[in-house]
Amino acid sequence: MTLFEYLLLGFLIICAISVTFSRNLLNSIIIYMSYSLVMSILWVCLESPDLAITEAAVGAGVTSILFFVTLKRINALGKDSDQEEEKEDGHD
Amino acid sequence: MIDLDKEKAARPSIKERFHTWMEGEQDLYIGELEMKPPKNAPGADAKAKEAPRDDRNESGQEITSEKLKEALSAGTEDPEQLRELIPDTIVNMAESSDRLNPVSRRPLKIMFDRVYPVLATVMCIAIVVLLLVTVSWMPPFGSADNPASNEVAERYIEQGLTETGAVNIVSGMILDYRAFDTLGESNVLFIATIAVMILMRVDSKEEKEKLSREEEIYTDEKTLEPKNDVIIKTVAFLLVPMLFIFGIYIILCGHLGPGGGFSGGAVIGASLILYANAFGFQRMGKLFTAKTYKVISFCALGFYALAKSYSFFTGANELESIISTGVPGRILSAGLILPLNICVGLVVACTMYSFYVLFRKGGY
Repeated sequence: MTLFEYLLLGFLIICAISVTFSRNLLNSIIIYMSYSLVMSILWVCLESPDLAITEAAVGAGVTSILFFVTLKRINALGKDSDQEEEKEDGHD
Repeated sequence: MIDLDKEKAARPSIKERFHTWMEGEQDLYIGELEMKPPKNAPGADAKAKEAPRDDRNESGQEITSEKLKEALSAGTEDPEQLRELIPDTIVNMAESSDRLNPVSRRPLKIMFDRVYPVLATVMCIAIVVLLLVTVSWMPPFGSADNPASNEVAERYIEQGLTETGAVNIVSGMILDYRAFDTLGESNVLFIATIAVMILMRVDSKEEKEKLSREEEIYTDEKTLEPKNDVIIKTVAFLLVPMLFIFGIYIILCGHLGPGGGFSGGAVIGASLILYANAFGFQRMGKLFTAKTYKVISFCALGFYALAKSYSFFTGANELESIISTGVPGRILSAGLILPLNICVGLVVACTMYSFYVLFRKGGY
């Protein structure tokens, strides 16, 4: 185990915890995507590149797109909430 | 538009927000009243969203009646929408009056509220301990006398190359020794998509016309077809061909290197989704419809089943098979693994795209 892998593992844990604590569903999906990407790098480090390809394509790509589409279908990606977020960020 | 400072003052502190987070979308002071109005309620625009936040010290009754009043003043004449509001209000009023005049049920509820977190914590700790104890009983990772490292795995590693002809041991396993499992997995994907298509199927002409009229009202073309976005279009124009070629490479070289039908098919499916996102379903419909999906999947699965039954038949009866393993390392080697990889890749790519279409449009 190199330092690089420890860093990636720590990032994975942070991602996994922050997914549950984020109130905004859009943010959760993006964190989940980054989790999958880091996981695919870890698969390469663990010498299973075929799993890495699958993880990158399915985990980071298709699954999160399906999540996005679902959020859009249930109107959770509304414009109002986005604007509110921007306003709050800008003011803070 | 409300004042920014006012909004900031009305924003709950971290402790309150934590409580709201713990309790769901409920206000701390009003109790059972839901904070968020239903999204498509007529009066529930920005005004109604802010109102409960500002007047949180008032009783719940006023706010609910206010909501109704607002809905009325917003000029909604649709009786159904109003009717949706009214039962909600009545329920809320009943609950708030229940809180004002405590009845005998109340102490029980308080006790339940106190006992519930304790019990939940105890449960969680018990399950964690149980799982950890179970894990500690498992054999050490990578040890030579694990039950997993028996003669089967030994044979795969030692005889895999000569028996299947595949340099990539994983492909040799999943498409030769355990080809039956892979057939089942591909069938699961196919059946899942087909089942959703059957559920979404609209048969009669009248229903179809009614649905299309409804769609015109609720989902205008803008929601389905992409806006003419230059960035997405350019990126898709550059990336989709490369992704396609990469996916085909992964599928074709599945028996020589890392990859195989599933990962290559997933890459191709992702590129199809990207194309549909950039250029719209109308253009995609020329290339890929429900019929294409059915034909491709059926042909691939049928070929898989036939080819594998032939090799099972010859193998079980010790007949001479016409399929040779070839020279390991060449692209046309490893017997049936290459065609089977192509079959699995086709099924997976079509299924990935179909998932996207079914999620997005609810049908082709």
